[in-house]
Amino acid sequence: MANDLNSPVKMNMSQDAQGKWGMVIDQDLCTGCQACVAACSMENNVPFVGEVDAGYGRNMQWIRIERFWSGSFPDIKMTSYQPVMCQQCHKAPCEPVCPVYASVHSESEDLNLQVYNRCIGTRYCANNCPYQARTFNWRDYQDARQRPELVTLQNHLNPDVTVRRRGVMEKCTFCIQRIRHTEDTAESENREIRDGEVVPACAQACPASAITFGRIDDPTTQVSQAAVTSRAGHLLEDLGTIPHVTYLAGGA
Amino acid sequence: MSAIAKALPRLRPEEMEDPKEHLMHDPMPRGDMNTMVLDSMHTATWKYWTVVTILAFIVVTCLGYAWYYLIMQGLGVSGDDRPVYWGVFLVNFVYWIGISHSGTLTSAILRVLKIESRRPFTRVAELMTAFAIVNAGLSVFMHMGRVWLAYWMIPYPNERTIWPDFHSPLMWDFMAITTYLICSSLYLFLPLIPDLAMVRDRSKGWVKTFYKILAIGFRGTEGEWKNLHLAMNIFAFAIIPVAFSVHTIVAWDFAMAIRPGWSSSVFGPYFVSGALLSGVAAVPIVLFLVRSTMKNMKYFLRPEHFDTVGKMLLIISMIWAYFYFNDYIVSWYGGDKWEKILNLFVQTGPQWWLWYLMLFCNIVVPWSILWRKKWRQTPWLMALVGILINVGMYTERYIIVPEMLTINRMPFTWHSYIPRVEIILTIGTFALFLLLYFAASRILPLIPAWEVQEGQEGHILRKIGKARIPTISEID
Repeated sequence: MANDLNSPVKMNMSQDAQGKWGMVIDQDLCTGCQACVAACSMENNVPFVGEVDAGYGRNMQWIRIERFWSGSFPDIKMTSYQPVMCQQCHKAPCEPVCPVYASVHSESEDLNLQVYNRCIGTRYCANNCPYQARTFNWRDYQDARQRPELVTLQNHLNPDVTVRRRGVMEKCTFCIQRIRHTEDTAESENREIRDGEVVPACAQACPASAITFGRIDDPTTQVSQAAVTSRAGHLLEDLGTIPHVTYLAGGA
Repeated sequence: MSAIAKALPRLRPEEMEDPKEHLMHDPMPRGDMNTMVLDSMHTATWKYWTVVTILAFIVVTCLGYAWYYLIMQGLGVSGDDRPVYWGVFLVNFVYWIGISHSGTLTSAILRVLKIESRRPFTRVAELMTAFAIVNAGLSVFMHMGRVWLAYWMIPYPNERTIWPDFHSPLMWDFMAITTYLICSSLYLFLPLIPDLAMVRDRSKGWVKTFYKILAIGFRGTEGEWKNLHLAMNIFAFAIIPVAFSVHTIVAWDFAMAIRPGWSSSVFGPYFVSGALLSGVAAVPIVLFLVRSTMKNMKYFLRPEHFDTVGKMLLIISMIWAYFYFNDYIVSWYGGDKWEKILNLFVQTGPQWWLWYLMLFCNIVVPWSILWRKKWRQTPWLMALVGILINVGMYTERYIIVPEMLTINRMPFTWHSYIPRVEIILTIGTFALFLLLYFAASRILPLIPAWEVQEGQEGHILRKIGKARIPTISEID
């Protein structure tokens, strides 16, 4: 097997892993509708920062749809939409720079974990993330005492996910609470997790089914098969971070 | 062939130097000098108390209250955003660490090289280290999202069974700064001991008790002097590599990141030269303030001392320019796409004038002014040069931290940065720095009287024929 250092799928990874999760995003299918952004915020208790802070570049959404155009002004052409979230790098630059082990690597899952209650807010990880996938709690956005308009909205919080306070870094977790839930279900039914059984909120909400999620250590899954096609690529591959999100583009 | 006797070129009257202009050749009885130093400590005019009151007010409001507000509200009240996660707080941190270098490092280098004109102003420089490092530490704490958990960076066995991660450059930084704080405090304290003992012997009541404790029982015996000189010698040599490593590690905070503009192997020495430049430039400012506001200081701090600092400053400015050019030219020839965009942004972006301001203050100003001895010996001009260089170095750090963070490899997230509460807190740190100096001028002898006396004993004007030739005998 070719040891392609830039692809976790092609890379021959150790076999003792319990699950190496990956995602495939088909940019040719993405309509840029932002349903994934809304679903992610609902699922993961991502706060809304309000108009002023959002205008100042403090959006906290874990996933964003990047829009670009090519050409100069009158003759512009939109390029395909690019949803970007934490790429769950195999060699993540955010991890070694944290002084208190708040940004750690799950060896078994091969995911980047952020331990909220260990974070002291040095924000080095966010600087060192080449994808700018991390978001910071600039204020107590979830605290209804400070933002009275939130009082009724408190009830929508997902009980499976922690609410983060001010001064803490956070990022996409690949909906690890859903992965755990599915694992528990599969274990209680004494079976393996089926391909496509774990669905993160963004993939669930995508009307165009542009997002696929699954195991990349199993070559038969949809994710693994899509990731080796000629349309596949990764963001900023030259940095050698080995991201776990594969983008498909150029087929349409 | 007849030998042509050629007369030595005669010095013009304005070039003639009176050896008495030098502090070392203008000796004064020890008792008188001690009285002068004590007098400068004890004389406080109403002007002094007015300035102290204003400074204290600024510290309480701009530092105390603004920081309280920042902690209670969260960093939302600062100007940081995505992608500029590090803003003026980190600029202040690097700036104050740089200032803190000057003191100890300048004094250590001058001591090691036995530059005699260092004697009266090493203390002022060393105090700068201690006070600036306080501000550097405060800046880091202001920067943290959850400052109340800052102690989690201290490696101690704890009930959380968590150890700090020594992979992180921030941990190296934490260790290096703690080491430097301890070493430079000791280095400040050692030459203070004989002066504290001098003050102890000339005070009464509880003040005497206070200095008795500080002077740790120094009596001035032969053995004590020998040990003191030995310890100071060890520290002067040992602190030079420590100081170099500290600022190199501060540079590594940036250089270890995979970011265009930051990931540069020359950042270590480049930051050391920058720290020296801003730090040494701060010395004439403080010297000027001390000389013009405190009593009896015109005897101790003379134009020759500004001259010494000016010469150092000129050389360090050239070293800085060399490293800056090195860093710049490598990224220019490297041709990396992001480095190119970044350089273009810094030089032609919305804040292009910062780049030119930096080059003007750090290169044009010192290179055009510090050549002339006469100008180097003008205290107010040297203070002005010092202020301008500090403006330039602050600008340089501002370009490196928030401006370079504006540009990253994901163009969709590019966002500018406008400092908000940081400005108030920055004013607060500067006020604190001055306030600490003002307080120290009442408590500690700002002039190392014993070092000046020791130097004056070694310097003699020998009479050879009719001429009086200044000579120095080896003191050690």
